[in-house]
Amino acid sequence: MTNKDRLRRTMLYVPGSNPGMIADSMIYGADSIMFDLEDSISLKEKDTARHLVYEALKQLDFGEVELVCRVNGLDTPYGERDIEAMVAAGIHVIRLPKTETVQDVKAVEILIEQYEKKYGLETGSIKMMAAVESALGIMNAHEIAHASKRLVGIAIGAEDYVTNLKTTRSASGIELIYARSQLLNAARSAGIAALDTVFSDVEDIENFDNEVRLIKQLGFDGKSVINPRQIPIVHEIFTPTEHEVTHAQAVIEAIKEAEAKGLGVISLKGKMIDKPIVDRAIRIIELKKASR
Amino acid sequence: MNRIHGKMIKPYKGPFDGVGKVTSSLREAIQRADLKDGMTISFHHHFREGDYIINTVMDQIAELGIKNLTIIPSSLGKVHEPLIGHIESGVVREIHTSGLRGKLAEFVSDGKLGTPLIIRSHGGRARAIEAGEVKIDVAFLAAPRSDKMGNASGNGKYTQCGSLGYAIVDAKYADTVILITDDLCDYPNIKPSITQDLVDSVVVLDSIGDPNGIASGATRFTKNPKELKIAEYAANTIMSLPLYKTGFSFQTGSGGSSLAVTRYLKENMKLNDIKASFALGGITQPMVELLEEGFVGCLYDVQSFDLTSTASIAKNENHIEISASQYANPSNKGCMASMLDFVILSALEIDTDFNVNVMTGSDGVIMGASGGHCDTAASAKVTIVVAPLYRGRLATVVEKVTSVITPGNTVDIFVTERGIAVNPRRKDLLEILEKTTLPLVTMDDLLEKVDRLVGKPVPIEFEERIVAKIEYRDGSIIDTIRQRKNTL
Amino acid sequence: MEIVKSSSAGTLDSCDIQIRIETNEIGTNEIYLKSVVEMQFGDQIKSLISGVLDKHNLKGVTVNAVDRGALDCTIKARVESAVMRALGREILEDWSVIHHDK
Repeated sequence: MTNKDRLRRTMLYVPGSNPGMIADSMIYGADSIMFDLEDSISLKEKDTARHLVYEALKQLDFGEVELVCRVNGLDTPYGERDIEAMVAAGIHVIRLPKTETVQDVKAVEILIEQYEKKYGLETGSIKMMAAVESALGIMNAHEIAHASKRLVGIAIGAEDYVTNLKTTRSASGIELIYARSQLLNAARSAGIAALDTVFSDVEDIENFDNEVRLIKQLGFDGKSVINPRQIPIVHEIFTPTEHEVTHAQAVIEAIKEAEAKGLGVISLKGKMIDKPIVDRAIRIIELKKASR
Repeated sequence: MNRIHGKMIKPYKGPFDGVGKVTSSLREAIQRADLKDGMTISFHHHFREGDYIINTVMDQIAELGIKNLTIIPSSLGKVHEPLIGHIESGVVREIHTSGLRGKLAEFVSDGKLGTPLIIRSHGGRARAIEAGEVKIDVAFLAAPRSDKMGNASGNGKYTQCGSLGYAIVDAKYADTVILITDDLCDYPNIKPSITQDLVDSVVVLDSIGDPNGIASGATRFTKNPKELKIAEYAANTIMSLPLYKTGFSFQTGSGGSSLAVTRYLKENMKLNDIKASFALGGITQPMVELLEEGFVGCLYDVQSFDLTSTASIAKNENHIEISASQYANPSNKGCMASMLDFVILSALEIDTDFNVNVMTGSDGVIMGASGGHCDTAASAKVTIVVAPLYRGRLATVVEKVTSVITPGNTVDIFVTERGIAVNPRRKDLLEILEKTTLPLVTMDDLLEKVDRLVGKPVPIEFEERIVAKIEYRDGSIIDTIRQRKNTL
Repeated sequence: MEIVKSSSAGTLDSCDIQIRIETNEIGTNEIYLKSVVEMQFGDQIKSLISGVLDKHNLKGVTVNAVDRGALDCTIKARVESAVMRALGREILEDWSVIHHDK
């Protein structure tokens, strides 16, 4: 199932061409699974990957995990076919690659709606996520984030982006500071999730760990992961501390008590509790629940 | 022939000076041992797929025209396929082993061995030999190094196998012991695994085994995410139980998930300053690392699997060789397995009653080994079986296993990537684990899950003929394997 | 429907199945299967393949399948892909026709 506010700490990237990986993708505890029909699939196998993901979605039990599919762009012969197949299969979220303009989002939205009608799905039931992977996309991030009610999040794809910037990725991530901040603010201004890029060296646990801490502090909801082994690391970093949990519980208790007494102003240990504090408390409790 | 307590007595021929023990002729040693039709001979499997001895010895015996032998190697591998020829020509009549693989296993599964194969666990084999249920007339024991008197050890110039644990029992109980080596060293070979008082002949051959088949370079942890997930669950299960505290003991199998459990345990032991007292069984590099880094007090090694462990047993005094009897014999005065807290074992199949099969494929063909599976399962305080829910399209969880090696009442917990099932007999464990966040399920849940995933297979058909008897560690027959029906 | 070319889909990797489709002279469908689970699942796999051929009204087709332990969803996907390719429609397939089943 999916909705705007669900947890998206980890999105496990699964090539749509690999039946073994698809069948086991749900056992690793990722919050979302992203089946890829785009960059990891060779031009010759676009059709077979589409079939494979379609049949898997139809027949396998994925439990509660959010199911996302990265489709090919509409500038390719595969984009529309991918969208149709994924709508027909009832995917939760369609992820657009290389989004640069509002128009990119709108064009996909129109197709999704068209196929929702064709396959008898409720209009708006299929959500969208946009990946921004270029300087132009980053500059337009605010408009992109507001482009459709279907959008549940925007993501940064750093590999193409740094190439576009004429640089490469570094351990500190200094080259991504602007893009990450811009994307994050765009997402938050639209009230949707902000998702960070993949970290491709599975063996480099130390730098992966550092990067996850960085993006959590920046405010990201989570990160795309390319190997199941990265999942527990992200989840652990996103797990609130005992102190945070105790405080959040106290906040929520205080609200309940205030509501019961019909009080307008709520305070805890002499400090006023306003909406941001309540929102943060709710999120901490959710993160704690998910970390079990 | 005169026997005392079943052992042949050789008449006194004056003080023995060792002259003539050494020969380069295997034929001469066999003749000297007076090997005759219908006798029983034994081998060890420390050389695994690198073993030259069984094939070489059997060819020599065939040349001598000796027939109708019973062979009781501690186990057999794919490399022993030439035994098929010796069975067909009547040299071999009966086989007792722990494992059987490859073409030879298919041959036996097709009912082509006249007498049913006897499958014994490592502990069960030691018990049967010590109890005199099987009498070894001649033991052919390869050793990587020996002196002229037969003081033999597991690491030599050309081959290294570390522990000679399985061979020690044979050396003690066989009427005649023929030691075979390719590295004859100066007398005395100190700290031998097999001592000179037990050895009749020392045969020196050019080569006794292929080092590459004997021990792998290093046993590394798996990178397979599914195996790691299973290992993580198994380790978390152990860490949730009160037995997990300083002084605990454990054994892991050599499968991917089973081995990786050690890795997760180590991280936690480091964090909480917990140290294990001993680890047991087949030893691999990850275990040696635990020993060297001080996470475990000592290793009791019945079989060294890789070059790291063969080197370690030679240099580290807390890495200790034990015999198969010390390891797992249920009828001696106390085997080490009985001191185990945890054992982590693998499975080809496990059924809803927790019975485990590690011997036959789901197509009914023999393909595995009994090993120490049922011995350690019966002995350890907590027996954990780890396996993926399915492999390829074959379910691991089934209604009824193809053949039972380890009875379900000795298995406590089954861990898969899709949940952990606790044997309902172990209410105590269930009560503790229910308080954790581990994904507990029942066997029925798992069976339903896997059925939905892979579908219901067509039941395998068997002929009436029994091709193998599975002996439990106490000597009782726990199951039989029937001849496969060739439907294709 | 008419096959316009021989086709194949799938790989020989574990958990996958490779399907090759070509026309034959005899006018009925033939399925040849090699599988690591032939004894347990051979008939089920063949009937699954045959079901997909029937759905597309294909006749006179020979299928050579090499199975490495694929699940049903994989088998179905690979056969569909091979059929679409054989019909020359891998780009222009109409999902509402192919995948109306729920």
